[in-house]
Amino acid sequence: MATVDVLGLLPLLTVAATGLVVLLAVAVRRHHGGVAALTWIGLAGALASLAAASSVVPSQITALFILDGYGLFYMALLIGASLAVAALAYGYLEEREDNPEEFYILLLSATLGALVLVMSRHFAALFLGLELLSVSLYALIAYQGTEEGALEAGLKYLILAAASSAFLLFGMALIYAELGTLEFDRMALGLVAQDEARHVFVLTGLALIVVGIGFKLAVAPFHLWTPDVYQGAPAPVTAFVATVSKGSVVALLLRFFFQAGVYPYDSVVVAFGLIAVASMFVGNLLALWQDNVKRLLAYSSIAHLGYLLVALVAGGPRAVEAATFYLVAYMVTTLGAFGVVTVVSEKDHDAEALEAYRGLFWRRPWLAVILTAALLSLAGIPLTAGFVGKFYVLAAGIESSLWLLVILLVINSAISVFYYLRLLVVIYSLLPEEEIRQVAGTAPSFSRMGHLALAMLLVLLVWLGVYPTPLVHTIRLTVGSLW
Amino acid sequence: MILVALIVILLAGGLLAWVLERWGAHWARWTAVVALGIDLILGLLLWVQHQGRVGLVEPGAWLAAVQWPWIPQFGISVHLAIDGLSLLLVLLTFFLGLMAVAGSWSEVQTRVGFFHFNLLWVLAGIVGVFLALDLFLFYFFWEMMLVPMYLIIAIWGHENRVYAAVKFFIFTQASGLLMLLAILGLFFIHHQHTGVYTFDYTQLLGTPLGPPTSPWLMLGFFVAFAVKLPMVPLHTWLPDAHTEAPTAGSVILAGLLLKTGAYGLLRFVVPLFPEEAWMFAPAAMALGVVGILYGAVLAFAQTDLKRLVAYTSVSHMGFVLLGVFAWNELALQGAVLEIICHGLSTGGLFMLVGALQERLHTRDLRRLGGLWSTVPRLGGIGMVLAMASLGLPGLGNFVAEFLVLVGAFRASPWLTVIAALGLVLATAYALRFIQHTFHGPSTEGWCVPDLSTRDIAAMAAMIVVLVWLGLYPQAVIDVAGPTLGTLQQLADQLGMPER
Repeated sequence: MATVDVLGLLPLLTVAATGLVVLLAVAVRRHHGGVAALTWIGLAGALASLAAASSVVPSQITALFILDGYGLFYMALLIGASLAVAALAYGYLEEREDNPEEFYILLLSATLGALVLVMSRHFAALFLGLELLSVSLYALIAYQGTEEGALEAGLKYLILAAASSAFLLFGMALIYAELGTLEFDRMALGLVAQDEARHVFVLTGLALIVVGIGFKLAVAPFHLWTPDVYQGAPAPVTAFVATVSKGSVVALLLRFFFQAGVYPYDSVVVAFGLIAVASMFVGNLLALWQDNVKRLLAYSSIAHLGYLLVALVAGGPRAVEAATFYLVAYMVTTLGAFGVVTVVSEKDHDAEALEAYRGLFWRRPWLAVILTAALLSLAGIPLTAGFVGKFYVLAAGIESSLWLLVILLVINSAISVFYYLRLLVVIYSLLPEEEIRQVAGTAPSFSRMGHLALAMLLVLLVWLGVYPTPLVHTIRLTVGSLW
Repeated sequence: MILVALIVILLAGGLLAWVLERWGAHWARWTAVVALGIDLILGLLLWVQHQGRVGLVEPGAWLAAVQWPWIPQFGISVHLAIDGLSLLLVLLTFFLGLMAVAGSWSEVQTRVGFFHFNLLWVLAGIVGVFLALDLFLFYFFWEMMLVPMYLIIAIWGHENRVYAAVKFFIFTQASGLLMLLAILGLFFIHHQHTGVYTFDYTQLLGTPLGPPTSPWLMLGFFVAFAVKLPMVPLHTWLPDAHTEAPTAGSVILAGLLLKTGAYGLLRFVVPLFPEEAWMFAPAAMALGVVGILYGAVLAFAQTDLKRLVAYTSVSHMGFVLLGVFAWNELALQGAVLEIICHGLSTGGLFMLVGALQERLHTRDLRRLGGLWSTVPRLGGIGMVLAMASLGLPGLGNFVAEFLVLVGAFRASPWLTVIAALGLVLATAYALRFIQHTFHGPSTEGWCVPDLSTRDIAAMAAMIVVLVWLGLYPQAVIDVAGPTLGTLQQLADQLGMPER
């Protein structure tokens, strides 16, 4: 393995090494603060190592990995998100877990899986990354095994994820049988030479892969696990599932879609179009009936992935840009929203009920402002990242004249406003003075790192909403390598 | 720079009011007054500076403008500019903003700092809407008005506030998104023709459009503005929102938010899509007339005072819609005057009803009556404002409605005849309002304090302006002249027959 390769793999190696170091540290002595600090440092190091890795862009590392601008961008995004989750988790775990240290090991391995997905250019790497991510998540989701719903959520995820992996594998096998390669680039060559109608194997394989990926993205009709898992998992893990896990699969999907030359296949594009529409409607309509904040956010995330797929269907360079921007906005926003859920949660149970947020603005204004910003961003109101994201997606859709899709998107946006407002109303409803004082007295403690993470997320959220120029510029520079 | 300052002062004032609340509620109120006062003075300075020139600038020129790149990848810039029409509306905004602060001085007692934060931010959004010349920026401000207004209704409103606030938000948000689609459509069509990506209004003007897309784009804009205006049948959010909002909220909703819709029609729909708008004009005028009559009839039937005033807005804004789409000099002048006079008279009426509600804790017309002897000053002012609303000569509204009708008569005599019935109905509801509130027997034996000096001062300021506009409307017409001249030119350029 040449130096170049090592440099290119440095981010992966850093995260993996951090995982090992934490593992050893836990074996020697259990110390929550120390382990958390190690994780933060390791992830920050991985972020820094991207700079080193960028010196060898673009390069192919073995048959499995590719390092390009696109990958660098997504890796930075995912590592940043993991860092935020780790920061938020500290205060959360500190007050309720006896053995919180293993959480970080699992978090690191899940992150490693996500990074592998981003860098993969080969079905083998894809599968490795996906399994690394999923297996870590099984354990993370059921981390608080004694709590109601945690094991149920973990098992549900385990069974469905295993089934979807089987679909994925079978799809890969079919494509391999027809094209004789597992590498994306060569697949593209093979696909170009093929005539769509005659190749049942390829189409069936693609359909099965769509199912597998659809499950990971939690888009309708593969979304059934989402609300239960979101509800049962500890709040920081929910944040991770909603952001890093989905983000890495989106990164992979875009790469696969464009680098493996899938996008000219009309049937696949139509399938994604239908999935997008179904996700938007299912997510938004079902979210209307939720009284549980975690479930509400779960359904809203289904809808948001639907919006993102609209950009994908639009095709062309603008599509990748729009999808990427939308994903960044979505991740920042979702982390902010779940961050507040994490912090508001009390020792014995997560803050799920709508009632837990009643009058939050008058009790803990700072958290309420962040949650408000996050909800407005999810609803796509200006001054927030979500608005620019939605704008970008609409622009991509209109440029490709997908009028039906964009109008459905607009209708869904209007529906979604209703349930975000419902939560906002609760946050701002007035409380009697004495009740405020009473509640303020019992406010659960929370860590400085959590504070810092939330503050940075809020700044990012508003900054991207007001001045997205630098990010748009960066995205244009980096995702161009996909073409 | 002065344009940026106008907005920034409001934004900063809002934050400051929120922070200063901890020293006492009056700090927040005075901060708001000072911020609005400075802005009002700046606005007036702008007028004085360009006095004499304002009516003479050639159509399409700006009194002041500023343009900075914002998101150059999409051709989006921070482009603010002011012309006569914007200047008038911006001044109206600051003036009514001050009135709103005065009107809520004693009404709002909880979370005063946060209230004024929201108030000033709504106003900042409104000013932004009146100044923005970049369509992306315009949409940005358009939506920025929404959230603080929503909070004002939802937190400080009356009984059914949450329902009203959510309805208001969803109506405007959904229609706003349609406008965003239309904006993007226009953006890409312009790019196809010129190869330039831009959201700049001045560049998008005159983009060659054609069916089948262009009527839809026009409708996208039109629907967003028609919801705000509001045009029947898209008005259903208005009675709820106006009724449930606190006084300041109602004043701003009726006095300013509705005007953003009218402004949008004048600034964007007609200049960007002249041909489509011309084709659509008869339908729009008919809808305007329907609004005039419908609003007036429903206002007559209301027993809730605030609802009554709310429906009069629907009726009066029908005149604006009629005037804009009658599309000739007189009608346009009338529409602009109506925008301003309705803002003042309805704003005043809402303050009056707010004052009544604060004293009596009811807005039910059936329980009122005989108040003249108890609160004569309130009654006197109510009388003047009601007369303004029904269009009594000598007050601004009369001139406005008269001009609209004269202009519209050239475009469509029949519609005008029907619209004129609205004036009769207006007399009916205005007199009913006065009679049931101030005259007749006092069934409940109300005994309450009269208006305070502060309220009197605020009301007097509005009435003075209304009388001034009634006697010398030329001042306003001159200022808006060049902008309206541009619209007139469009009609001429397209070779359309004088209507």
